[in-house]
Amino acid sequence: MFSCYIVTFCSPRIRKTSSMAGMELLSDQGFRIDGRKPKELRRIQCRLGVFNQADGSAYIEQGNTKVLAAVYGPHETAGGRGKALHDRVLVNCQYSMATFSTGERKRRPRGDRKSKEMTMHLQQTFNAAIMTSLYPRSQIDIYVEVLQSDGGNYCASVNAATLALIDAGIPMKDYVCACSASFVKDCPMVDINFLEESSGGPELIVATLPKSSQIVFLEMNSRLHEDNLSKVLDVAVKGTKDVYQVLDNAVRDHISEVSAFHKLDQS
Amino acid sequence: MRETPLTNCEKDFVKKSVAENRRIDGRQPYDTRKAKITFGVDRGSCQVQLGQTRVFAQVSCEVAEPKPSRPSDGILFVNLELSPMACPSFEAGRLSDYGVELNRLLERCLKESRCLDTESLCITTGEKVWSIRVDVHVLNHDGNIIDAASIAAISVLAHFRRPDVTVSGTEITIHPIEERDPVPLSVHHMPLCVTFAFFEQGKYLVVDPTDLEEKVMDGKMVIGMNKHREICTLQITGDIQLEKDQVLRCSNIAVVKVTEMTELIHKALDNDRQVRASGGKFGFAESISIEKVTSNQMKGSEINMEDAEEQASALVLSDQDSETPSDTIEDEETVVHVLNKGVGSIGQGGASQWTIDEEEAEKMQTEVKFKMTRTKSAHKNLPTATDGDLGDNSEEEETIVLGQDMKIISQQERQNSQKMQTKTGDVKMKKGKKYMKK
Repeated sequence: MFSCYIVTFCSPRIRKTSSMAGMELLSDQGFRIDGRKPKELRRIQCRLGVFNQADGSAYIEQGNTKVLAAVYGPHETAGGRGKALHDRVLVNCQYSMATFSTGERKRRPRGDRKSKEMTMHLQQTFNAAIMTSLYPRSQIDIYVEVLQSDGGNYCASVNAATLALIDAGIPMKDYVCACSASFVKDCPMVDINFLEESSGGPELIVATLPKSSQIVFLEMNSRLHEDNLSKVLDVAVKGTKDVYQVLDNAVRDHISEVSAFHKLDQS
Repeated sequence: MRETPLTNCEKDFVKKSVAENRRIDGRQPYDTRKAKITFGVDRGSCQVQLGQTRVFAQVSCEVAEPKPSRPSDGILFVNLELSPMACPSFEAGRLSDYGVELNRLLERCLKESRCLDTESLCITTGEKVWSIRVDVHVLNHDGNIIDAASIAAISVLAHFRRPDVTVSGTEITIHPIEERDPVPLSVHHMPLCVTFAFFEQGKYLVVDPTDLEEKVMDGKMVIGMNKHREICTLQITGDIQLEKDQVLRCSNIAVVKVTEMTELIHKALDNDRQVRASGGKFGFAESISIEKVTSNQMKGSEINMEDAEEQASALVLSDQDSETPSDTIEDEETVVHVLNKGVGSIGQGGASQWTIDEEEAEKMQTEVKFKMTRTKSAHKNLPTATDGDLGDNSEEEETIVLGQDMKIISQQERQNSQKMQTKTGDVKMKKGKKYMKK
């Protein structure tokens, strides 16, 4: 053991709670930092058809996380016939975070490792959900831009991209809904924000096809004991079902608005 | 360099065998390959072999400034390099998508799980901390790089010793290895990754896929766990849709595998420590067998031959039924005559089909003669290229014509012998320089 001049304060390393002084992720009354109950989702507001240039577009706000998604396609494969797949459509995603989206200004909006990883995950998720065999030798582009990041970036991106794909009229097996979950003080929490993410607790992100409850994407960070995996997974899957309800209502509202407008036009 | 694509036959074969709960290399679906860990002479270097997949890891440390958001934490940097040495489809330099995926997995498994106590790496808060860097290089790719890389990375972190530091007032002294014994890093727990490959939309699963199985699989799941049954990372990649109980089942399997592997790492570390303490030889050179310079051995594995005989005879019988009777080999002739080492013969074979009958041979000869006479007469009628005057009043030397047997005949000689010889095959060659003598 070496002797260090500065004494570092000893905190239990097993589950590192928030390093900020006095802030508890889950209070004794059962409220979280932002006043939610553990099983409550953040407020979701969304809008379809925000751009007229793109074939499909959507904007979603999950709490303070704001994400835009635009879909182009199906169209001819850019880059010639080399990249085209002979029996299915090529799903091309781009995930980018605006430089003003985080607390500290981001130097590279896209191209760094985490963004590349996100891009790959989005691509994989939508490859599983879109009916790719209907458009061979074609390409579908999905562009996602995070305008404000407050935790749950991937989840909001997936939800926004789903709405944009629906707006573009691309056939899918089912909605793709994503939700995150965490585990603090023996209590599973759903839809975590940035503070809860950075506190070091475990974070489980899951994307499902809600009707069949099949998992298309699953990712877990930090440490979680295996016995708790089942509980956290349940809570997250339930969260995706709730998200599905919200998104479905939004889509139906949008369609009824648009069709009402067209009926008025014709008459 | 692009990889040669996998044939449909191979793909179907692998899929069929996985469906029958068999694997190409003879393992059971839930078996991992044997891992071999060897440490080098330098502290903090090791090589891990998982079957034919080989990975090399090295730790290095230096004093650096801490991140402004965490002034009392040291820095851990993990890097995985894919070079064309491992597999020709890996590009040199630029990190491909696969490389990014592996790097992020390794980072999440080691960094975000807090396996290394970064606060103990602090020297002076806000000014100087230790920056530990783990570099993993893939030497040979035969599937499941992430498992091998995680084993290598965590073994190497446990093996490494950093120089001792004393801080007195504002003076910081870093003691070189000769002065004071170096200090080990404080590793809380050992997170190891286990990979599961899924086939047929998640119906069949195998643990620790080889390169061939990876190319055929639909998707994979990587679980990073430590022996205390804490999941450090979990990721599903690929075109699969899973149920919740499949995920839980995989995590149960992973517990068993991780416990085995952690024991193996501890044993390897103990062995290394004992050898160093007793003054024996240690390092990579000791682990390679002396007879060969490059060692690539495969240990013999047991194959189940119980039903092989029945299957073989069934095959032969089904063949016999389908073919015409004249083609079947009669029973008396299945005796093998051993001619040489490694050479045997069954039966004598039929007569040679290449010999021609005498009658046929005569017929063929008369045909040839007839053809030749015909061509000769044709030649006599047509003016040949060598008839007539070639124009001796050219300024060049007289033209030399090569005869049929390539003898150099001057034009005059040739004109003399024109009537005597046949003219097929004459080649006219103008003599430009005097390098050819008559």
